[in-house]
Amino acid sequence: MNIHEYQAKEILKSYGVAIQEGIVINKKEDAISAGAKLREQTGTDWMIVKAQIHAGGRGKGGGVKLAKNDEELQQVVNDILGMTLITPQTSKAGKFVNKVLIAQDVYYPGANEPDEYYMSVLLDRNSGKNVIIYTTEGGMDIEQVAHDTPEKIHREFIDPALGLQGFQARKIAFNLGLSGVAFKGMVKFVSALYKAYVGIDASLFEINPVLKTSDDKIIAVDSKVSLDDNALYRHKDFIELRDEAEEDPTEVEAKKHDLNFIKLDGNVGCMVNGAGLAMATMDIIKLSGGEPANFLDVGGGANATTVEAGFRIILKDPNVKAILINIFGGIVRCDRVANGVVEAYKSIGEINIPIIVRLQGTNAEEAKKIIDESGLQVESAIVLQEAADKVKAVLA
Amino acid sequence: MSVLVNKDSKIIVQGFTGSEGSFHAGQMIEYGTQVVGGVTPGKGGQTHLDKPVFNTVAEAVAKQGADTSIIFVPPPFAADAIMEAADAGIKVIVCITEGIPVADMVKVKSYLADRDSRLIGPNCPGIITTDEAKVGIMPGFIFKKGRIGIVSKSGTLTYEAVDQVVKAGMGCSTAIGIGGDPIIGTSMKEAVELLMNDDETDGIVMIGEIGGGMEAEAARYIKEHGTKPVVGFIAGETAPAGRTMGHAGAIVGGDEDTASAKKAIMRECGIHVVDSPAGIGQKMLEVIK
Repeated sequence: MNIHEYQAKEILKSYGVAIQEGIVINKKEDAISAGAKLREQTGTDWMIVKAQIHAGGRGKGGGVKLAKNDEELQQVVNDILGMTLITPQTSKAGKFVNKVLIAQDVYYPGANEPDEYYMSVLLDRNSGKNVIIYTTEGGMDIEQVAHDTPEKIHREFIDPALGLQGFQARKIAFNLGLSGVAFKGMVKFVSALYKAYVGIDASLFEINPVLKTSDDKIIAVDSKVSLDDNALYRHKDFIELRDEAEEDPTEVEAKKHDLNFIKLDGNVGCMVNGAGLAMATMDIIKLSGGEPANFLDVGGGANATTVEAGFRIILKDPNVKAILINIFGGIVRCDRVANGVVEAYKSIGEINIPIIVRLQGTNAEEAKKIIDESGLQVESAIVLQEAADKVKAVLA
Repeated sequence: MSVLVNKDSKIIVQGFTGSEGSFHAGQMIEYGTQVVGGVTPGKGGQTHLDKPVFNTVAEAVAKQGADTSIIFVPPPFAADAIMEAADAGIKVIVCITEGIPVADMVKVKSYLADRDSRLIGPNCPGIITTDEAKVGIMPGFIFKKGRIGIVSKSGTLTYEAVDQVVKAGMGCSTAIGIGGDPIIGTSMKEAVELLMNDDETDGIVMIGEIGGGMEAEAARYIKEHGTKPVVGFIAGETAPAGRTMGHAGAIVGGDEDTASAKKAIMRECGIHVVDSPAGIGQKMLEVIK
């Protein structure tokens, strides 16, 4: 589960990670009062207004702007709040901005030049250990840095039994070229950051940039945090951090029916049991000349109710020209699934696009018969290639 | 000698008396698998499906000589169940459970590192050696004895492959479902290696998906040490980047874990890669001759 920058910062702060402070608002008329409050709390003069959406590259799309006084603050908030923000990480349609974070200016002049670093914490799948990845090249696209100057990217692996050790935190601070107050600040920052990562069962922390201010403080200026969905049962208070406005409405709807659904841009819908077979079915659609309109894993319990819910969700998309149902019935019997499909079809009434049902496994022949004799506009198949050919035929 | 499990394996079921455990233990017994009992803490001394129930795995090992375990314990307790099995000296631990927190699996992986137990899964359909032992949730009837081994991250896609291999006139020696989570006990390379060294296997089907580097690692092993033809498929050519496609581990993170990148590496390493999952059986028939 992804959360917003402002939510991530609140969590990090609760673990003792120093952050760029800010106040989140969702109404334009709150801009000036929030600004006044932030000035009082932090002593900041200028402010940065940051769009709160679940995508990076916000600055490039005009979603992060500086305000030097109240007049500018109101203007910038008016510009960003309610805009549709398109960034390199959003779809072409962009994302609607419902909230903005008014944040303190942390690039103020002082004794030293401010400096930016990059730091992330994530699971290294090969070793099965958490790793802290960091570089002096902060504030930049990390994939680009990894591509152009891989030698500048450092990795520190954490022993699962022991956790982050002091020498590791010091090594990171030294490798970033720090000394004195900033060195101590970084050691503390890294230690608190890793504690937070473990404490909240995160699956990704990306702090870009980590800033050394002109007076040698180390703080998180931006923060991207993803939580492990499988561990949310241990953190019930995080469930309210989910922002459904950031998700596709059909995906939110599907979740209510316990369907694992992802909306895509294609023209052939699909409904499959099992995640691997579901991906493979999407690939088959492409090979048959179509584009998958969705990923949908109905799991082990493919019955009339789940099939009907699946139909209704897929049919919401006007681009869908055909639907392929692909069920490998192992434990679940194909004839029961076939009856479920017929029942769901009749319950919906008119479906004006071709449906191809491929049922293989237990009682596949009986299932085909049920589909063929239903009198509905449904094509049946048993072998996967046959289903692929039928998709090709209906798209032709 | 078959791989991982055979007719002599003595199997216990952790989470024996729960609904999933009961159902699948029943199916395993029906298949002819030697299930010697089960474990449900607090229900020791009872009998379930005509088999003894124990409070601990250690007790099941001591009294029944169990050497293999299959786990149907719910996600919050599954990591604990794996470690209990390893501590009791179980040699092959198959964890079916889907949805274990990653942090728990990080601990399990570290716990197992210096122990003599092999974990298969989690989030997998299990292992089957045709006509000998079914330690998993796969439909037994689709398997026919033969000499093709199967390694896969996915459940229903394994069934699809088995079905095609059987329909093409071949059969299956052992199928290993390694699981679709970011951290799993047995890697694709290790599973392929087991089948390469198995004298009952002549050809291998390797089914991967987007996310992680396991397919590439297995492919490099095959290039280096492969002695049998391998047919490969990677699911998720059309999956969008950055989205988790059902399996917790199925997510494209960079340029190297996409389906096309993996297929390219596999092809370079001499694996017979099919673009369509409908062509797995046919391709194997071509290359096995």
